[in-house]
Amino acid sequence: MDLNFTPEEEAFRAQVRAFLHDKLPARIANKVKAGQRLSKADQDEWHAILNERGWYANHWPQEWGGPGWSAVQKFIFDHECALAGGPRIVPFGVNMLGPVLIKYGNEAQKRYWLPRILSGADWWCQGYSEPGAGSDLAAIKTTAVREGDHYIVNGQKTWTTQGQHANMIFCLVRTSKEARQQESISFLLVDMNSPGVELRPIRTLDGDREVNEVFFTDVKVPVENLVGEENKGWTYAKYLLTYERTGIAGVGLSVAALEKLKLIANKVHKNGRPLAQDPLFATRMAKVQIDLENMKTTNLRVIAAVAGGGVPGAESSMLKIRGTEIRQEILSLIRRAMGPHALPFIEEAQYEGYADEPVGPKEAATAAANYFNYRKLSIFGGSNEIQKNIISKMILGL
Amino acid sequence: MNFTHTEDRRMLADSLNRFVTEQYGSEFRNQTAYGEQGFSPERWQQFAELGAIGALFSEADGGFGGSGFDIAVVFESLGRGLVTEPFLGALMVGRALAAAGSEAQKARLAELIEGSTVAALAHDEPANHYELSRVSTLAERQGDGWVISGAKSVVLFGDQAGLLLVSARTSGALDDEAGISLFLVPGDAAGLQCRGYGRIDGGHAAELVFDQVRLGADALLGAEGQGLATLEHAVGYGVLALCAEAVGAMDVAKQATLEYLQTRKQFGKPIGSFQALQHRMADLLLEVEQARSAVINAAAAIDGDDRIARERALSAAKFTIGRIGTLVAEESIQLHGGIGMTWELPLSHYAKRLVMVDHQLGDEDHHLARYMALGRD
Repeated sequence: MDLNFTPEEEAFRAQVRAFLHDKLPARIANKVKAGQRLSKADQDEWHAILNERGWYANHWPQEWGGPGWSAVQKFIFDHECALAGGPRIVPFGVNMLGPVLIKYGNEAQKRYWLPRILSGADWWCQGYSEPGAGSDLAAIKTTAVREGDHYIVNGQKTWTTQGQHANMIFCLVRTSKEARQQESISFLLVDMNSPGVELRPIRTLDGDREVNEVFFTDVKVPVENLVGEENKGWTYAKYLLTYERTGIAGVGLSVAALEKLKLIANKVHKNGRPLAQDPLFATRMAKVQIDLENMKTTNLRVIAAVAGGGVPGAESSMLKIRGTEIRQEILSLIRRAMGPHALPFIEEAQYEGYADEPVGPKEAATAAANYFNYRKLSIFGGSNEIQKNIISKMILGL
Repeated sequence: MNFTHTEDRRMLADSLNRFVTEQYGSEFRNQTAYGEQGFSPERWQQFAELGAIGALFSEADGGFGGSGFDIAVVFESLGRGLVTEPFLGALMVGRALAAAGSEAQKARLAELIEGSTVAALAHDEPANHYELSRVSTLAERQGDGWVISGAKSVVLFGDQAGLLLVSARTSGALDDEAGISLFLVPGDAAGLQCRGYGRIDGGHAAELVFDQVRLGADALLGAEGQGLATLEHAVGYGVLALCAEAVGAMDVAKQATLEYLQTRKQFGKPIGSFQALQHRMADLLLEVEQARSAVINAAAAIDGDDRIARERALSAAKFTIGRIGTLVAEESIQLHGGIGMTWELPLSHYAKRLVMVDHQLGDEDHHLARYMALGRD
């Protein structure tokens, strides 16, 4: 029993820190720390920096350009990135589609698409959810009908994050009416610039426009864009949803958010003393900090189990539930810390370059909007209630 | 980073778990825990022979373990069987002797490790509420020795202890950190009155009144007036032990509840098929794993030199265990329904123990406040 990282792992941490110190643009880190919204250019810039170092596709095997990191190294990398204000890697191409192609794609697909993910030539988005298929994902209605060398796709996807930047979308589509729901789904790669694809932004409650609806009307998709076998898409979809989820707790992000909360709580005053010394507020902070310290060890235990040959199946559901609850609690405390100054909503202040006098503490500008935005954490990637269903079935055997 | 125990520690855990399973069935346990002595001297001897007490102390102190994880492993096994034998007293008094004792005083560790002497920490008083520095019992010099007067409350097995470690004030005001001294007092000292009683979760405790108890100079443990650090040190080990014990008990309660959900049928199907209950059970599982992590954090920190880091990890763990232990107890009873309310069901005794752990050495609120206070420096 030893909670310390090995000297090699500590050396790796130092290497990551040095890299972040040298290569992470301060302009981008400042935006991340301020909770401001990142542009496509910001994200492309960061992806290219990581790719140059060989660290972008850090979940991929070395054969395809991954760095060959252990789960512990990935944990350390995520942790250090979060503390330094590195943007979250946009996961759809590199962390979601990439591993599916590597496991289930044919040689031609791997050779064509994987390098394009690395180079940023393609920006991928995810076509999973539909208006009638959220938690019940297998209920999708979008169809793909084979006609000669093409599939003709009709239907609608929704909650397509950053679809406005994407030129490609990977979709779950229904390719058979005969079989059981799960046995009639296929995994299809669709060019967003095809005739018949229409994208409409959805404005979320924080005023942001990061998610979209995507409509497909008689969209022609070449059959070589089918991944794996027809009607086996559910297997691939599930693989994608459970692949490498040891980072799902977002411990590093919560640690960074907690640091920010402490700074704010020491700056904002109540009854003539820092909010951090207000008994009720300090109690809330202490509780979430303890929960986070426990979570970090829980996360490392799961990683160690994976390193020992285990598979992070349902355990990742535990990490997801508790990890997102903790992060949401911290974001809610940041909002509370702002007091009345959480109310003003200056949309321009959510973006880089806003130079007007802040209303209240400067952190107030994004506090409420971020809090509302991150309510998504317990909804996406399988809602926390769905995760509890998975735990009941897979761990508890109920 | 490594979350597996050493081979030695695994073997110890295996043999203890086997002993507890085979020799400490719930019927036997309840007979002794609620019996005349509150524990079984015979089992206590057997535990000693198995090395369960020696594992709590380092080789230098006559044991063969003594690290945070050794203590956690032993107490987790004890928790699985709701063992009431006086381990906690042996651990806390023994660690105080090891930390602050003279050579002659340290020699008494052997009696504890052999299980021939029952030891008890007598610190809580009728008017205190987990505070370490609130001590009103007085010790005054008289000639070469000391005279102790005052009262101690809920001293575990204080009615049967041969060796008491007593906190008393030798100077300063009621809440002063300085001025607390520790004394080794024989259980049969003249002037010591004792009222023993059973505990709701099994085992015994006692109210002790010190009416001019006279002690020799050699009764003082450590330096006069500087006992608080030793007390904190000893209680820290006790906190870790209680936390680990609770995780053992939680595992059993969780498993029993899960099996009940799988077998109990209502509306024609196992009640575990109902989502309302599934989600509560899933929450329970999550919380128990968080509790286990808290114990790992505390066990890793307790051997460290940085007092703040160590004590914060201990308070974080005790806070976590207090909260989650109570939750596991209440949810286990609720998910069992009426049968969970019965004395006959072993689960109900686990529930009682889990709640009562929060009443020993500081509860959830106490340790949260302490965690916060330690973080302010």
